[in-house]
Amino acid sequence: MPTLSFFLGCIMPNRYPGIEIATKQTLAKLDVELVELPGASCCPAPGVFRSFDKATWLAMAARNVVLSEELGYDLLTVCNGCFGSLVDANNLLKEDEKLRAEVNKVLKEIGHEFKGTIAVRHIIEFLHRDVGVDKIKEAVVKPVDLKVAVHYGCHLIKPSKERHLGSVENPRFFDELVEAVGAESIDYEDKLACCGAGGGARTAVLETALQMAEAKVQHAVAAGADCFVDACPFCHLELDVGQTEIAKKFGREYNLPVLHYSQLLGLSMGFTPEEMGIDMNYIKNDEFLKKIGGEQ
Amino acid sequence: MDTIKTADLDHDFIKEIGEEPGAERIVLCFNCTGCTAGCPMANLEAQYNIRKILRMASLGMKDEVLNNPYIWYCTTCYKCQERCPQGVQNVDAMLKIRTIAVKNGIMLPKHRAVAQLVIQHGHAVPINDDAKEKRKKLGLEELPYTVHRFPESLEEVRKLIGITKFDELTKE
Repeated sequence: MPTLSFFLGCIMPNRYPGIEIATKQTLAKLDVELVELPGASCCPAPGVFRSFDKATWLAMAARNVVLSEELGYDLLTVCNGCFGSLVDANNLLKEDEKLRAEVNKVLKEIGHEFKGTIAVRHIIEFLHRDVGVDKIKEAVVKPVDLKVAVHYGCHLIKPSKERHLGSVENPRFFDELVEAVGAESIDYEDKLACCGAGGGARTAVLETALQMAEAKVQHAVAAGADCFVDACPFCHLELDVGQTEIAKKFGREYNLPVLHYSQLLGLSMGFTPEEMGIDMNYIKNDEFLKKIGGEQ
Repeated sequence: MDTIKTADLDHDFIKEIGEEPGAERIVLCFNCTGCTAGCPMANLEAQYNIRKILRMASLGMKDEVLNNPYIWYCTTCYKCQERCPQGVQNVDAMLKIRTIAVKNGIMLPKHRAVAQLVIQHGHAVPINDDAKEKRKKLGLEELPYTVHRFPESLEEVRKLIGITKFDELTKE
């Protein structure tokens, strides 16, 4: 049974805990053991903290990786942003001895040392590569009859030289996971486009970031999507909270539901939308909840 | 546009950018504009032009680049970096330029506020009452197993931030 430490990050535990419970429940059913990673912090967010000070970004990310090294397990994240910071930091420190020495000087003062003994994994690539589509198909008890607009997000697949996940312009692995639970992954315009949140843009220029999110929502709606399925709580927030902000600022309502893949997987395993926290989204869409077997 | 005077250019700027491995490759840009043509941000805000910003940087127009408000528009989607025929690491260079801006005291107040959240809570997005309620309803513990639950871990993170002087760098 593979065992990994579960790195929570910020947005999942502190805004979308449904994704946290969905990840725990679904991986348990796939015979993957998750252990807690006590005392982890913000990854820290690559677009902002790496934009401010690389040494701090690297040292904080290294500390999070080291906490998992000390437990002796590879680290699992369900967030593209956390994945971006932690994979990049882990690779940099494994490859660059000088950088590692500098970071270890900082870590020594708080009682840690980076040794480079573990891998950082993202739930989507982990499920596809290590668990496999066939095993996921076997775990499905209630195929999900939905037209899904898959949103890969950026940092799951890019920069590609650090990720080794194949084509960045036309990837398929996430779509295969969505199709494994019985859903249809629909094609939509600019499918690989960014949600608009990253790089500190959501903080710096909210309205422009929302325009980027709105284009995605419009394209998914035009293609007949029932919902988005994403791989990142920050994209999730931009697309979900973002729609409430778009309604307020631009006066346009879409009410397109947003699910993290772990939540979609949970539905296919027979969990209710409420058990997966899907009803806790900021966008309220009762028709959709009813369609996926919600309580009302 | 005013004439660019070579006497005003800072030829050390490209060296400083080159401290980021790969970022020095911006001098290899031959202006094909593929980066900007595919840029989702340029599609919405034409003033944001990563080709132009990096071109100005490689010429040594340090003050103009660091004070250009559009350097904060990049969402780091890496589309341009993947597509560049010259292997220019556009995003890595942009991130390095931002850190040089911050080092020179140029930082958005909203970004300073995010930095303060991490310094104070160890999380850029800390817990709130709504999330605590949602966690309980889902059968999760009210506080996640992070620095939120372990004060000694938060102290560790704050000590780290003190060592790298991130608190001084980003103070409001």
